[in-house]
Parts: sequence; C-alpha cells; structure tokens
Amino acid sequence: MMYQENILDHYKNPRNFGKIENATVHHHEKNPLCGDEISFYFIIDEHNVIKDVKFSGHGCAISQASASMLSESLKGKKLDEIENLTKEDILEMLGIPISPVRLKCALLSLDTVKNSILIFERYVRNKHAV
Amino acid sequence: MLKAQMKSLDAEKIRKDFPILSRKVHGKKLVYFDNAATSQKPRQVIDAITHYYENYNANVHRSIHQLGEEATAAYENARGKVGDFISANSIQEIIFTKNSTEALNLLAYSLTADLKKEDEIVISQLEHHSNFVPWQQMAKIFGLRLKFIEVNKDGSLNEESIKEQITKNTKIVSVSHISNAIGSLNPVEDITKIAHENGASMIIDGSQSVPHMKVDVQKISSDFYVFTGHKMLGPTGVGVLHGKKEMLEKMRPFLYGGEMINEVGFEETTFNKLPYKFEAGTPNIIEAIGLGVAVDYLNQIGIKNIYEHDMELTDYALERMKELDFVEVYGPKERGPLVSFNVKKVHAHDVSQILDSEGIAIRAGHHCAMPLMKVMGLQATARASFYLYNTNEEVDHFILALKKVKKVFGV
Repeated sequence: MMYQENILDHYKNPRNFGKIENATVHHHEKNPLCGDEISFYFIIDEHNVIKDVKFSGHGCAISQASASMLSESLKGKKLDEIENLTKEDILEMLGIPISPVRLKCALLSLDTVKNSILIFERYVRNKHAV
Repeated sequence: MLKAQMKSLDAEKIRKDFPILSRKVHGKKLVYFDNAATSQKPRQVIDAITHYYENYNANVHRSIHQLGEEATAAYENARGKVGDFISANSIQEIIFTKNSTEALNLLAYSLTADLKKEDEIVISQLEHHSNFVPWQQMAKIFGLRLKFIEVNKDGSLNEESIKEQITKNTKIVSVSHISNAIGSLNPVEDITKIAHENGASMIIDGSQSVPHMKVDVQKISSDFYVFTGHKMLGPTGVGVLHGKKEMLEKMRPFLYGGEMINEVGFEETTFNKLPYKFEAGTPNIIEAIGLGVAVDYLNQIGIKNIYEHDMELTDYALERMKELDFVEVYGPKERGPLVSFNVKKVHAHDVSQILDSEGIAIRAGHHCAMPLMKVMGLQATARASFYLYNTNEEVDHFILALKKVKKVFGV
C-alpha cells in the first residue's frame, strides 16, 4: 500500500517546509507532466557541511513526502555524502512500493537536491575561491 | 428485465464482446473509465486483425495477385464504412492517417505553406496540444498570427470571443468538438458559420466526439474534420482526415513518397488523385480494416443509443458526485461523456493511484491541455470518461472509491 501513515504524515505536516532568505544556494525543479514543483534552500558552511535546509513546493503526496523525508536526512551531512545518494536510497527511505510511472514523483526531490549541490560547486563555491 | 428494456442499450450484453473487461486489477474487477484516452476493443475487431494476418496479408494498390486484391478491397471497403459513418460525400474525402495528431499536422503543414505574413489562425484556449503546438510552431516559422478564443470560467467557449477573434484576416479556424480535458461540447456549427462568413477554412478535431455521437460533416459544413480510430473501438495507428474534395484538391501533399505519385521524372513529379495524394508509402492497412470493423460494431449498436447511454451515465456520475462535498467538478453543462474533477487538497495522481488500487482506471494530469489548465488555474485534474460498456454499478463503485480517497487523506 502506497499511502502508509508515515507518507501521509509527511505530506500533511511537511518537515523543514519554507524558505531560507539568505540561502547559500537554492534551486527549483518541476515535473511538468504532473505539475509537481519543489524548491530546496541550503545553508552550507566552509567545511561543505549542510547547516540548514528548507524546501517548498506543491504536488502529489509522493513527491512532497519524499522531499520532506529527504530534507530531514540532509542536515549535518557533507556534500560528498549527498552526491552519493542514489535512487535506491530514496526508495528505501520511502519504504513503499513505487510503480514505474510514479518514480519521477518520488525522485523529483533528489534531482532538486543534487542539482542544487552541482550549482553550488560550479558557481557559488568557486566564485569565492577565485 | 423491465429496467434493462428501458435502457438505451444492453451494456451487460455488450461487455461480453470485450475480453479485457473480465480481467482483474489488483484482485478487483476492472472498471475502465479511461475511454477518452483509448477505448477497449471488441472480440470482432481483435478477430479481424488475426484473420487478416492469417488469410490475406498483402500490400495494397500494387500487388497483382489474389492476396493483394483481397487486401486492397478490404482496405478500400473500410474507407467507405468510415466515410458513411460521418456522412462524407465520397470516399475521396477520407484520408487515413496515423492518428488525429498526424491529421492536424498534415493540415498545419499543408495549409500554412500558402499563407502570407500576418494572416491569422484562430484556435481556442482549450485545445489539446495536438491542435495547439502545430499551429503555434507554423505561426513562428511563417510569421503568422495565432489567436485564441477564450474560455468562460466554466470551461465553455466565450461566444463574444468567438466573434471577436475570427476576422476578415483569419484564414484558418481550428477547434475541438468536445474538450478532452474538461468535456466542453463546443458549438462547432456556429463557429463554422462564422469562419465561413469571414472566408476562413474550418477544421474540427473530433477525437472525443465521433466515438460517442452522430457526426454529420455535411450538416456541420466543416472543411476538415479529424478523428482517431483507437478511441472508437478500433486499433491504434489509424486516424482519419475528412476534407472537402475541392479543398483537398488544391492543397499541397504533406508526405512525399510511393503511392502518392502519378508520374515521377528527374525534374518533376505529378501526384496521385484523392485520397491517395495524402497517403504516401504502405498505409496502415490492417489498422484501417480494424477501424472498419469497429464502425460496423458501433453501427450495429447504433450511435444514437451509444450517445444516450454515455450521457445517461455521465449525468448519473455527476448526480452522485454532488453528494461528495470534498469533490470539485469542472466543465460546463453542455458536455460530452466525461467528468473532470479534483478531490480537494489531494493531487489528481494520488486520486488515480487510490482508485487504481480499487481496480478503477481513470486519467490524471493536465490531459495534454496545459494552456487550458493555466487559464483555469489548475495544476491537474482527474478524469473519468465513459463508453458503451460502462454501467451505473461501475459508477457506484467509483463513488465508493472516492470516499476511500477522502478516508486515506483525511480531507
């Protein structure tokens, strides 16, 4: 059963929901086919550690619960740990069977997070270094 | 028994012709309410396909042998059936395409090539992407003006806007007969009249209408009318373009190649007569034959009976959905046999997923009508669409499943 109590709980009461005004990096992704949208905001310190994270967005229960659960696991993590996150990690985190057509809902948050980090590494961090 | 006689058709009897309807989904009886996406196929159509491959598979119009003659006769016979079904003037007006999308692209490519800069094309805000993107892109390539008939809040076309947008500069008007996204039944005869008064050609996308209601292209007087086979019990891979003969004759071909030619020289080529001028290459022979058998099936039940049945079901579903205060229904009163809706505070995909767990197939998303969704301020909707084999009991099951959505999400 896809709509287990914890999924619905995260959907109705998303953790770390909101924006960070002075975020080190933020990034928005959407899934036009579904209308799911997610933005992630990060504060990243000089040791490449996530000090704070928030997300906002709207869409189906799977996409939003996945973002909420993922946000909980990111605080205190180093960037390379995040880079190594895989599709399987997300599916394990959700703990429910995800059909192929819903996979992009489940993985939208991971894509958004990974692309946020990419943007940070390519454009934000290097800007300071140079 | 008395109750069955009062019905416009015997759905229970019809269901026996559709093998797929006896299968189970997640251990539940399949309720197929995704007919606007594609219909199921009766045994007669499935058998006709096998029969063709086992007995007279051959290419058409070129093979001088018995199989070729039989295949050609069956293919052309199907063209005749399809023509009669929409009251076409002659079989020369019936062109087989891959689907409605290809028919609309054929028109977009062929008709816009001869337009001048600043000429206008008018479509509506509620069109499917297939009747939207081709015109938008042609307008960009040739510097044409693309204008939109606006929709009212309920999703019907705004009458004032129809008159405002279609002007003496308008060369092409292209509007759907029934909206696939929210079901609006559009006043295509009136729009055709206004288009013709302004000297514009009228195209109608009948993908959602031809499966369910009597369409008479002579009465509507459209210049072009397109639809697709797989939504009306036929196989995928065959669509139909109906065009007035005098219009088709002066148009450029869309696809070039074999069969569409008369004589080919190193410098020049002359083209085949209608309808072959628009059917390049080996056509979708079996798909067309299958569509012909589907038309036989629809005729045997009677398209008027099918219309009454589908609308009775739609009215019943709308009536029952009124009981559910957590459900929001979209679309105007004048509609085709589909209901677009949302469960408040629940995404349409989640609704669809929970219904699926109850064996009910519906569609959820933007229905290939993103501009309309934007105008109506929606992200997505769920859509239940009905056909001749659906029953009131299935609607009751659907209502129960919607109550389950409410329970799961606690809305």
